[in-house]
Amino acid sequence: MTILQGKQVSKSGAIQGSGHIGHNDTDDGFSDLHPAYSTLQAMAESNRCLYCYDAPCVTACPTSIDIPGFIRKISTGNPDGAAKTILSANIMGGTCARACPTEVLCEQACVRNVSEDVAVEIGSLQRFAVDHLMARDELPHPFKRAPLTGKQIAVVGAGPAGLSCAHRAAMLGHDVTVFEAKAKPGGLNEYGLAAYKMTNDFAQREVEFLLGIGGIRIEYGKALGRDISLEALRDGYDAVFVGVGLGATNELGLPGEAFDGVDDAIAFIEQLRQTEPKSDMPVGNNVIVIGGGNTAVDAAIQAKRLGADEVTLVYRRGAEHMLATEYEQELAKINGVVVRHWAKPVAIKANGKLIGMEFEKTELRDGKLVGTGEKFEIRADQILKAIGQKIKADDLAGMEIAGGKIVVDENYQTTASGIFAGGDCIKSGEDLTVQSVEDGKQAAIAIDAFLKTA
Amino acid sequence: MADLSCKIAGIDSLNPFWLASAPPTDKKYNVVRAFQAGWGGVVWKTLGIDPPVVNVSSRYGAHHDQNRRLLGINNIELISDRPLSVNLQEIRECRKEYPDHVIIGSMMAPIEERAWKDLAQQIAESGVHGIELNLGCPHGMCERGMGSAIGQVPEMVEQVTRWVKDAVDIPVFTKLTPNITNILWSAEAALKGGADAVSLINTVNSIISVDLDSMVPEPMVDGKGTHGGYCGSAVKPIALNMVAEIARTPETRDLHISGIGGITTWKDAVEFMALGSNAVQVCTAAMIYGFRVVDDLIDGMSQWMDDKGYTSVEQFTRAAVPQVANWNELNMNFDTKAVINPDNCIECGRCHIACEDTSHQAIAMNVKEDGHREFVVIDEECVGCNLCYHICPVPDCITMEPVKTDKPYMTWPEHPLNPMRQAAE
Repeated sequence: MTILQGKQVSKSGAIQGSGHIGHNDTDDGFSDLHPAYSTLQAMAESNRCLYCYDAPCVTACPTSIDIPGFIRKISTGNPDGAAKTILSANIMGGTCARACPTEVLCEQACVRNVSEDVAVEIGSLQRFAVDHLMARDELPHPFKRAPLTGKQIAVVGAGPAGLSCAHRAAMLGHDVTVFEAKAKPGGLNEYGLAAYKMTNDFAQREVEFLLGIGGIRIEYGKALGRDISLEALRDGYDAVFVGVGLGATNELGLPGEAFDGVDDAIAFIEQLRQTEPKSDMPVGNNVIVIGGGNTAVDAAIQAKRLGADEVTLVYRRGAEHMLATEYEQELAKINGVVVRHWAKPVAIKANGKLIGMEFEKTELRDGKLVGTGEKFEIRADQILKAIGQKIKADDLAGMEIAGGKIVVDENYQTTASGIFAGGDCIKSGEDLTVQSVEDGKQAAIAIDAFLKTA
Repeated sequence: MADLSCKIAGIDSLNPFWLASAPPTDKKYNVVRAFQAGWGGVVWKTLGIDPPVVNVSSRYGAHHDQNRRLLGINNIELISDRPLSVNLQEIRECRKEYPDHVIIGSMMAPIEERAWKDLAQQIAESGVHGIELNLGCPHGMCERGMGSAIGQVPEMVEQVTRWVKDAVDIPVFTKLTPNITNILWSAEAALKGGADAVSLINTVNSIISVDLDSMVPEPMVDGKGTHGGYCGSAVKPIALNMVAEIARTPETRDLHISGIGGITTWKDAVEFMALGSNAVQVCTAAMIYGFRVVDDLIDGMSQWMDDKGYTSVEQFTRAAVPQVANWNELNMNFDTKAVINPDNCIECGRCHIACEDTSHQAIAMNVKEDGHREFVVIDEECVGCNLCYHICPVPDCITMEPVKTDKPYMTWPEHPLNPMRQAAE
């Protein structure tokens, strides 16, 4: 696996091996995964871009950022212009530059992979440009609002989808009220992404920047089903956008799941993200992470960096089936996470307190995953479940839900007229920040059209 | 390893690589380092009549590519600002310590017979192999009636050359400025004046850039800038043409040529020699990388000569001159088409958009079933312009393939569509 070496070791050197990070200096383990480019690095890397026409990287980006266009602007000494190119397609280009699995998106499509096996580091260049613009506090917000329409839009959820929708709707001249259940905006950008991908409170800075457009008001502590209802919103607003994400997590279905020490990985990361200094964050000595996605990998790496002695990530299928990208899997190994494939949890072991987990080995038989009967135990004082999230359907009465996702038409409208949806709660693409931003943007454009014909 | 020794204007040189008259040849210290590095000769930085000139602070402007590689430099430095006696003493020492290496004395004086003759004789007495007449600097000295102020007037070129030829009995190189309308007029003037060789090109008059904060041209001297002399790889095409014109024109072809202008690699040097230079001079490449670049010049030329079977530089000197023609002598019936090798194509689309927007709409972009893109030349539209071939980032992905034809060689003067066509008889 050379991906990691090309991307990681050569450029940042930031991954601090597999070492145990003492509780007193854990913050060092949460520094930037990919340190920001210097101007010199940005100039050199931007000049590797061939400025392709109808470029494959643009096609591979869910938000269709004009990547060759913005990279050319960096290379000509116009980073702020580059940032505007990025943000006009993706207002959360700063987060996406940090968190996107570029190795399976834009950078995977880079023609430099064909010619020399090393893609242009589009993510790092994107971050350079967006950071450059955002650092210039003296500049006005780069986008202007269209003449005000007087229309009011309600957005449920201040995550990537909701805020992207709010920003685009505000640009189109509408006024937006965002209802957010939590105390802070940003959604998974604030609560869900790994800490070493979102350093220096970036999620909050980005929201502040985004709100610079004007016309967006956020009400915190307003949860759907508790404080607000879709019915009331539809009555009180000209249109509604639902970007609630996936509010519930899947269960293992094993006895003892409520036991102290058995946690959702997503809750673990959320708590970690909100803990400062990171050394105050409790972590087990022997941690098991169940799952095969990026959340599982993020949780495992961060548990290790917090100082856990042993972190074992267990996945019921093979490496090739993991949703975590090859790069993320390699990152886990470099951080000292033990990855075990082809095993499923069968029992939680406790003796007054959590002591471990029993697994059964698995295999594919006629295309079906089955246990082999062979069992083994791993000791643990903390178990993190990362086996997927699901929608909180109770709050979404009145609209059709299928396959665990809100059903929308090609215009992001749900089966309830005037209510639109996007982000992880609909089935549009991968559950990624970048896809949510695209959903929100497109939904805002659809809402604008809807309001013009309504 | 091939023998690189050469002879120009009767002077034997260990190799064809000399340092041009410029800051790198300003004093003994540099010249000794250059000889130790392997340069065959130097043209000492231009000497003038005492008192020495005074130079300004801030002297170079730069034309970078986006990777901060220097494509060209322009300079506003004048001739040697050290006393003549010091320079001549150091020349004597270098000649004694490095008897096998060539030293040419470059000189410049006001347009007065006595001034040129006296200075030329003093320099000759220092033991130089030859004298080069600096008639080219396009900045500073020309405002005092020297440099390009002389080089731009063919009669003065002839006159100055003759004065110096009359005064000394060593070879005289007349250095030509490119800042003229027709290089042949200057070359013919030098020949008439008795020059043994011409050196070209001197720098190109230029403003290289403007500082957009202060709105001052670079290089900036306390809030003001002036035009300077442009050099470096960017000027190579200008120089090659002028060298070739002199080498292929019957009236001037007998002149020996010391080729100058952006020579950076051994290939550049070979090209200058193939188009008519008997030896070459280098400055900017050394200023950018140091004297060590001569190692690649020597090694690269030798390797190439070995590969081609050349045993002396004379064997390829002027080898390309017969193939330099006037446009009117080109074959109108020749046809070549671009061919794209799909196995090498990385699908960047650059050939398509260049042809589509700016040329002949001769490259189709087809999206295949698997989503990959395929670029195909439409032969009926392709005029063989080479644009796609040049911009393709992958070497050998696009080739230009001549179309087989039974048509005869036909020039424009003979062409049926030419309203001024000459009778076939």
